[in-house]
Amino acid sequence: MLRISSPLPGFGLGMGLLLAGLSLVVLLPLAALLGEGIAMGPAALAGHLASPRVLSALALSFRAALVASAFNLVFGLALAWVLTRYRFPGRRLIDAAVDLPFALPTAVAGIALTALYAPNGIFGQALAPLGITVAYTEIGIWLALVFVGLPFVVRTVQPVIDEIDRECEEASATLGASRARTLRRVVLPVLTPSLLTGFALALARSVGEFGSVIFIAGNLPGKTEIAPLLIVIRLEEYDYAGAAAIGLAMLGISFSMLLLINATQVWNRRRIGHV
Amino acid sequence: MSETARTYEVVSEAPLFRTGVTLSVLALTVILLLAPLAVVFAEALREGLGAAITALGDRDAWSAIRLTVLVAAVAVPLNACLGLAAAWAIAKFDFRGKAVLISLIDLPFSVSPVVAGLALVLLYGSHGWLGVWLQAHDLKIVFAFPGLLLATLFITFPFVARELIPVMTEQGRAEEEAALTLGASGWHMFRTVTLPNIRWALLYGVLLCNARAMGEFGAVAVISGKIRGQTTTMPIMIEMLYNEYLTVAAFSMAALLAALALLTLALKSLLEWRHADLLAATRRH
Repeated sequence: MLRISSPLPGFGLGMGLLLAGLSLVVLLPLAALLGEGIAMGPAALAGHLASPRVLSALALSFRAALVASAFNLVFGLALAWVLTRYRFPGRRLIDAAVDLPFALPTAVAGIALTALYAPNGIFGQALAPLGITVAYTEIGIWLALVFVGLPFVVRTVQPVIDEIDRECEEASATLGASRARTLRRVVLPVLTPSLLTGFALALARSVGEFGSVIFIAGNLPGKTEIAPLLIVIRLEEYDYAGAAAIGLAMLGISFSMLLLINATQVWNRRRIGHV
Repeated sequence: MSETARTYEVVSEAPLFRTGVTLSVLALTVILLLAPLAVVFAEALREGLGAAITALGDRDAWSAIRLTVLVAAVAVPLNACLGLAAAWAIAKFDFRGKAVLISLIDLPFSVSPVVAGLALVLLYGSHGWLGVWLQAHDLKIVFAFPGLLLATLFITFPFVARELIPVMTEQGRAEEEAALTLGASGWHMFRTVTLPNIRWALLYGVLLCNARAMGEFGAVAVISGKIRGQTTTMPIMIEMLYNEYLTVAAFSMAALLAALALLTLALKSLLEWRHADLLAATRRH
């Protein structure tokens, strides 16, 4: 990290504190996890992951995160659009409520959702005649992940909607395009990069989510047992290698997400940058 | 904005469509976001306010509240200082590898809290890389306060830096350079020029950092060992009470954290309305 000259003091102090804190708090533990993986070798790592229980837990975590983030993509876009473009009473309250999943502890969200959707809960009772069971099924996991991931999409898309130049929409309307066509051909392309970023952020968060899911999931091995829970179970069995293998697999997924986010942002900048 | 909405009739959707979308979005928001919040308080008060207060007066509950406050009281100032240092170095100076460094700061956002806890156990646990050394020196990290602190520091590491970096980058370094030219010392400049400029953004970051620190569950659950009265934070206590079917007690503790969340949101909204110009333009976390 080569510093290019600046007259301000404190670069060494700031960078020193940052690097020391970052190494001690974040990088050293993650290095220990990587070290565990290197120490056991690829064969043992694959061996720990090859069990049907582990594979189904990883697949469930990834699948549920994908379903929930896809829902949030559509719902989050609609919510951001309504909050930015329409005026209605209570708008500011709803706008503030969007951040609730950021502020509400995940364990609290977990027991609250379970109380609502359990067979004797308000929503659980209402859905039972329709033959829909949410609590202790995969649908419950989707629901918890929708709750957790929603603000990521809304808060990523909202500022972009706010900054759209309405003259382009006017021009499109003047040239005879229907509103639907304008939305599809003029507005949506501008929003797409931020939508993808929000989707990736929600996805990365949902894949590793634990607190809000375990209460409502039912946690049946091979059915509704998510990967983070399996790590906790392996640790309770003192199977450190098994836990580390699942952790590394999840880290691999998370890093792919991070790459996806960064790639999206580069793409975003290239598309929007020259306008 | 209401004026522009009227002026630009031609670039808005049909009224029927607008009403329909607004109503369905509102209904979903109430079902998905507000109903869970309401049910926390309803369940806590199911047997009356007295029962809820009695549950919170329990000795183990009280020690969980104290522990949570203590962890946050140490972790939040530490991460605020690190965030300030990070933002100063990143926003006010140009150097190679800046993008990589920012990605590294953001890393905890993409790591599952459980994996963070696992990594700490693999480093400091009795079977971990430093386990033997720690045992020889009689230092306890896992299943003790330092472990809870490290887990919380890991999870909340990016919060303050993330808020400050965009704000400080946008403000540039002209004001600081002027202060130096006029003969201010480095610390004097920082205290009288930089800090006042970023105080609202700093408060905003600290607020979010604190909410997450007090509510963290996954990373703390792995490393706490769940020793009643000793290493159980409030979220861990909620899980234990809930699994023991002590529903009122669990939801009373949850209501306390939900009240904290509401307070956080209220302060956050206040900051956003009053000082929108001094906060980062794009909000993500």
